[in-house]
Amino acid sequence: MSAAANRDAKVELRHVGLCYFGWEGETEALRDVSFSVAPGEFVAIIGQSGCGKSTLLSLISGILKPTDGTVLVDGKPVAGPNRTVGYMLQQDYLFEWRTILENAVLGAEIQGADMRKARERAATLLTRYGLGRFLHYLPRQLSGGMRQRVALARTLCTEPDVVLLDEPFAALDSQTRIALADEVAEILRRESKTAILVTHDIGEAISMAERVIVLSRRPGQLKSDHAIRFASANGGRPTPFAARNTPEFNHYFNSLWQELEVHVEG
Amino acid sequence: MSKVDAAALANPSLQYRVWLKRERRGRIAVRTMQLLVLLVLLVLWEVLPRAQLVNPLLTSYPSALWPTFLQLLKETPQQASILSHTWATVLATVLGFTAAMVVGMVIAAALWWWSALYKVLDPYLVVANAMPKTAFVPIFYIWLGATLSIYGMSLAISLFITILMIYSGFQGVDSNKIKLAQTFGASKGQILTKVVLPGSVPTFIAALKVNAGLSLVGVIVGEFQSASLGLGYLIQYGSQIFKMNIVMTAITILALVSSLMYLAIAWLEAAVMRRR
Repeated sequence: MSAAANRDAKVELRHVGLCYFGWEGETEALRDVSFSVAPGEFVAIIGQSGCGKSTLLSLISGILKPTDGTVLVDGKPVAGPNRTVGYMLQQDYLFEWRTILENAVLGAEIQGADMRKARERAATLLTRYGLGRFLHYLPRQLSGGMRQRVALARTLCTEPDVVLLDEPFAALDSQTRIALADEVAEILRRESKTAILVTHDIGEAISMAERVIVLSRRPGQLKSDHAIRFASANGGRPTPFAARNTPEFNHYFNSLWQELEVHVEG
Repeated sequence: MSKVDAAALANPSLQYRVWLKRERRGRIAVRTMQLLVLLVLLVLWEVLPRAQLVNPLLTSYPSALWPTFLQLLKETPQQASILSHTWATVLATVLGFTAAMVVGMVIAAALWWWSALYKVLDPYLVVANAMPKTAFVPIFYIWLGATLSIYGMSLAISLFITILMIYSGFQGVDSNKIKLAQTFGASKGQILTKVVLPGSVPTFIAALKVNAGLSLVGVIVGEFQSASLGLGYLIQYGSQIFKMNIVMTAITILALVSSLMYLAIAWLEAAVMRRR
């Protein structure tokens, strides 16, 4: 049934499992995870640290191969990193020896794209993100929020359809974090990208995504799948910042909080 | 984006000017003390032998250096002027440490590329690095002959430490930067040229600093054994015929050569690091 039903899925995971091997033994990070993401959909995956959320993104991006099951992008099994999928990591990891513009075209350069076009596109993106003045600056001259915007430009410069976001705001202070979440959500929606956001921040997940998937503790298994709707916002999707002020936000927050079984250990 | 405000720079506050003045005075004081230390050493070196507190035959005098130098310009053992001796040593040193850098970098890159190779060779590299390479001077002389053995010693003495330093520099490159390149589908060659090599530039500079000194040691020791040209030879010759003037002049030139190499590397470092 699922194969036919999900023919239009942009990203699909079928019974995916992953084990890490080491001298100390093997660690089962993910067990039998199946879900699919429609084109243009914004999905958040939440779970406690160590539940395999980031591993899930590495599998979709193709830099890791599943021990069990299949990952499909556009209906085709993922064999390795490919241009359809862009991956934004937890920190910006800008190369300190490259200027902002040179950093933003890194992906295009590695993929052997037309560099003149790539530079133009990167400059356009950076200017749109308010970094037009800083194209030839070095990363160390920029603040954390600015650096993460460069990282976003670097991801989008290669024009992926699917954008994977691995706690992209975790390293930022709380104000920058909320402001940047607004910007990023807006940019991804406007360019109608399919987005998968991994986070342990429940508020971030609810405010940005249309769907929140909850993973259990290790080994990560799919625990539940929630559609996020904001009826009070007149049918339209509120910005992440506005979403935080709706009555639905609190409702979702409370039910997800209970589901995560958050408790402080030690 | 300089943290210093341009307007404030054009119109410094009184407190800032006071601070600047104090900092400048501090710098001048340090330089003055450094020169003073040198001066005291030179004066002691001149006065103690003249006062017969140490035997002048053993130490010579600083004031004898310049006349000796002038005399060595005209005639030296082996008929070469002291400039030719200096040149021979400098050339061997530069060749030695350039070769050590290039060969060391290539080997380190190969070890990075084939990690199994590194796992196998690791203990041998560590032992080779810990061995006193100077023990091989006589063997190199037999194997390589007079001139090549000097170059060989200069290379051998700095090669293993270069490999180990650069390899650990490669290992020290943030694995998340490599992961980032992989998300774009980077090949191993691209990871090497776009991430690992440019990320290791500070290590290259550190290796250069270590090597400049080590290669000079290699050349001098090599020359002790086998040369008929070079400052090492001059030192050996001078001490054999008990002419401390020649020995001390050669050693002073060595000190100058080391200082110049240090300055050259410091300049290179500043030029490279400006972009970081």
